[in-house]
Order: sequence, then structure tokens, then C-alpha cells
Amino acid sequence: MSSDDVNKGRRGFLIAATSAVGVVGAGFAAVPFIQSWLPSAKAQAVGSPVEVNVSKLKEGQLLKVQWRGQTIGVLHRTDEMVADLSKVDAVLADPESVKADQPEYIHGEQRALRPDFLVVNMHCTHLGCVPQMIPQVGPQPFDDNWNGGFYCPCHKSKFDLSGRVYSGVPAPTNLRIPPYSFLDDNTLMIGVSPQGAV
Amino acid sequence: MAKTANSLAKRAGDMMNWLDDRLPVTSFWNAVMTGYQAPKNFNFWYYMGSLALLVLVMQIGTGIFLTMWYKPSAAEAFASVEFIMRDVEWGWLIRYMHTTGASFFFILIYLHMFRSLLYGSHKAPRELLWVFGMFIYLALMAEAFLGYILPWGQMSYWGAQVIINLFGAIPEIGEPLTIWIRGDYFISDATLNKFFALHVIAVPLAIMGLVMLHLVALRENGSNNPDGIEIKANKGPDGTPLDGIPFHPYYTVKDIFGVGMFLILFSFILFMWPEAGGMFLEHDNFVPANPLVTPEHIKPVWYFTPFYAILKAVPDKLMGVVMMGASVVILFFLPWLDRSPVKSIRYRGMWYKVLLASFTIAFVRLGMLGMAEGTPAQTWEMRLWTLVYFMFFVLLFFMSPGGKTKPEPDRVTH
Repeated sequence: MSSDDVNKGRRGFLIAATSAVGVVGAGFAAVPFIQSWLPSAKAQAVGSPVEVNVSKLKEGQLLKVQWRGQTIGVLHRTDEMVADLSKVDAVLADPESVKADQPEYIHGEQRALRPDFLVVNMHCTHLGCVPQMIPQVGPQPFDDNWNGGFYCPCHKSKFDLSGRVYSGVPAPTNLRIPPYSFLDDNTLMIGVSPQGAV
Repeated sequence: MAKTANSLAKRAGDMMNWLDDRLPVTSFWNAVMTGYQAPKNFNFWYYMGSLALLVLVMQIGTGIFLTMWYKPSAAEAFASVEFIMRDVEWGWLIRYMHTTGASFFFILIYLHMFRSLLYGSHKAPRELLWVFGMFIYLALMAEAFLGYILPWGQMSYWGAQVIINLFGAIPEIGEPLTIWIRGDYFISDATLNKFFALHVIAVPLAIMGLVMLHLVALRENGSNNPDGIEIKANKGPDGTPLDGIPFHPYYTVKDIFGVGMFLILFSFILFMWPEAGGMFLEHDNFVPANPLVTPEHIKPVWYFTPFYAILKAVPDKLMGVVMMGASVVILFFLPWLDRSPVKSIRYRGMWYKVLLASFTIAFVRLGMLGMAEGTPAQTWEMRLWTLVYFMFFVLLFFMSPGGKTKPEPDRVTH
């Protein structure tokens, strides 16, 4: 067959069709490998609620527990801490927690079922570090008018003692509040909402 | 005696012929070593490439031996590294070679890249050479980050936490993407095991392939030189460049001298100061990973801090990540941003010297500030240097076509 007999149109079509089928096939073949990176069935199954006894938690103390791999803080707030919350409203990004990731039964400046216990996901909403609690009121190296709160060592984000974010810091939103409920006066259940609540 | 030597030489020649008929050994050697004409005016800056290749080989070698003892599981990783350091015969040496090698790799690569900025080695016809080099740099950053997770210390854990969450800043797909990368809802055993696989096989393979492309592209047009002129423009009657000398033996010998000097410096750090005061191995990484407590002062290893400072300087999550990404990506476009008709700094005007000097100061200063505690004053300084960093590229683009130049020589100078 001389080269004059070559049907270039048909050859082009066959090359294109073969390539297209090959690419689609490779795409399908890639799916199992890409999906193998997702959390395994075992990792998905871990996530049972955590029971916390707060009877020994003194006023002003912070207890950290792990729930679904996240660090959850339980802070026993003093009356003074709760009363002081509104003092910082002016410098907060979202004092009413409108944009925050929190259950529907959590609202207002206290962001808690009971004002004396703050239950909060401690991971900074910027890049996931765990902020330090600095409850002292008074000037700090990072803030001259510190009213007590959480301070992230990674990128200097600041939160008040309700986990509400200050404006002008890298963290975009308030600290998250996990679903939780009280089994009785001294026992918290993290991961389970109060009965009837969503 | 002479007769035996002659017949031995003949025997060796025969074997070489046999080999050459089956594998192009001699022709390859001639093409890339003895027959390759390199400019005769290389200086100190031209050691970095071959030394980086040496360190790559060293990292692969020591890495293979480390995998023989290391255990990539959250429960055992930290202890297995300490086991290597204390109980494995010479384990401390092999591990310190690997950790010191990582930092030296970046020192060499930064100097190697700076050489390009000095002499315009990224400019036409070597744009692809630069782009391959940038991909190597990118892969190297990934490799270093992945490797830093493996000892499973506090800095490993929280460094991974921060870097992976950077992807979470991407709108819509950010959150699922971080879960996909971690293989879990938090940094866990799954993450560590996956990163181990990427660190020991996937990324090194990519780096070796890219290095190959980098070298092929280098040989295609030949090296640039401190004068930034093409030596192929001046050829003798035999067709070889007048300012060229055979790569072998001239530059192989020069590079071997460089290797000697480098190994002296490397060994000094390796034996006397392997932690480099917390720069090469951070103090917090001698504490096992603890998901409940973030170290008080968290920072990446020194070679990432200039970019980390840019991230810290921007008071917005998404914008910070975008700016940090842009600070690396913009380097890819350097060959097209630099529109100067002249390659080498020697024949560019004062404008380029000022630009390059301020860029260099900005990069170093950002690196230092990225490690610092981060007072408000430092944040403002980081913003200033971030601006200077990006302005280098903007001003280069607008000033380079018309910027003052001096006449380039016809032949290389000494």
C-alpha cells in the first residue's frame, strides 16, 4: 500500500477514539487509588461519645479531653468571667456567633448550656493548633487590653473565654462548639445533644 | 613486562568494544563529559549543582538504611527513631547524616537558585531548565515536609496539622481535601503511614526523574556562565567554542575539589553541631507527639520560614495561604518576568543590583522573622518585607526591558 492510499481522516479518528477510550479507562482505574486515601471504615467507626465528670473541676480550671481525635476543652468559668464577657464585644469579629459552627441550642455571648461550663472544640479555626488559655486580665505581650481568653501560639489568633474570635487575627470564625449535654449536674456527655434538641 | 601491559590494554579495549556494541557507554561519556564544552570561566557559584546531586545521593543512601529500623506507626515511630539514635550500630551517624543532609540540601539549592538571579541563567534559551529546577525545589519542599512528620515528635505533629490545614482554606473543597490528605479526621496513624510511603518512594522517584530532565535540558544548551554570554557564538576552526573547555577532566576535577571542601564543612556540622541550635532539629521535636497540647512556640524548619512569615503577615486565612502559595509560584515565571536584554548582573545597571539586594535582604529577613515569636512590631516588619519580596518581581517586569545595561563582551572575562 502506498502512502497515497492512507485514509488520513479515518486514521485521525481512530487515534482520537483510542486515546479518548484510553484516557477514560485510566480515569476509572485511578478512582480506587484516589479513594484509598479516604478515611478507612475503621477510622469512620471511631467516634463514640465521651463522658466527662466535672465534679472535681475547680472554678477557673480547664480540662482537655479527646473526642473524635479533636481536643475538647471544658472550662469551669467563674461568675466574674461570665460577667466580663460583654466587655470585649466591641473588638470581636462575631460577638453574637452568627457565623460560628455550633449546635442550634448554643447561642448568645455565653455559648454554653450552663454559663459556668464552657465546652469548646479547642482547635483554632485558622490552622488547627490548640490555643493556650490565658485567663488573667491585664496587659499581655500580644494584647495591651487582655480580658482573659485563649491565645493561639501558632499564628496569634485571640479568642475570649466563650471562644469568640477577636477581629484582625488570622482565624476567620469563633471556636467550634461540639454537641454535648448534661447527664446530671456533674456529668457531661460530649457528642450527644440534649434530648429533644437538634 | 611491556608486552603483558600491551596485551592487557588490548584486552580491556576489546571488552570496551564488546560493551559499546551493546550499550552506548563510550559515546554517552563523550557526549556528556569529555566532548561537552563548558564555559571556562565558572566560579564558586558553579559548585552548588554538583554538590546538590551529591547530597541527593547521600539522602537516598542514608534514607534506605533508616527505613531498615524505622517503624511508620503512631505508636512506635518516636521510639523507633530514638532506638536508631541509641541502640542501632552507627544509627546516630546515619540519622544525623540524613537530617543534616536535608538542611544542606536547601542551603545548596538556595545558593544554586541565587546564582541564576546573579547571572541570568534562567533566561532564554534556558527557561525550561529553570522550570524543571523549580519543580525539583517544589518536590524537595514536599519531601522535607513529609520527612519531618516521621519522627512523630511535637513539631512533626503540629507542623503537619498546620500545613495540612492550609489546604482547608480553599473554599468548598478545602475541608474534604484535608480529610483525603490525612486519611482520617485528624492527624493519625493513617496519616503517618501514608506520608512514610510518599517520603520514601513516591517523591524521591519524582525528584530523580526531574533531576534527569534538569540535566538533559542543561546539556542541550550548555551551562550559562558568570558573563551571561553564549560561548557557542564564538567557535574555533574545529567547531568547538573558543571559550569552552571539556567538562571532563576540567570540571570533574574542580567539582571533586568542591566535594572535598563541602564534606569538611558538612562533617563539622554533622559531628559537632547536628541540631544547629534548634535550626536543623527543633527542640520541641524531642518530645513525643501530643494531640492535646500545641507547643508554645511553633515554627517550621528554617528553610520554610520565609514563606511561613508571608503566611503570618496576612491577617486573613484564605489570603494568607494564597499569598504564601503565590510567593513560591511566582518564581516559576521568573524567565518571563525578567525581560532584560542582558543576562549577567555584571552588565546590568545599578537598578538590578538594588532590586536583587533588596530581594535577598527581604528573603533572609522573612526567614528570620518566620522563626521569631511574633510581636506586633515584627508583624509589621514581615508585611514590609513581604511587599519588598513581591515588588522585586513587579519592578523586574517593568524595569528590565528598558533598564540600563553595559555592553557585553564578545568573549568571557576572567
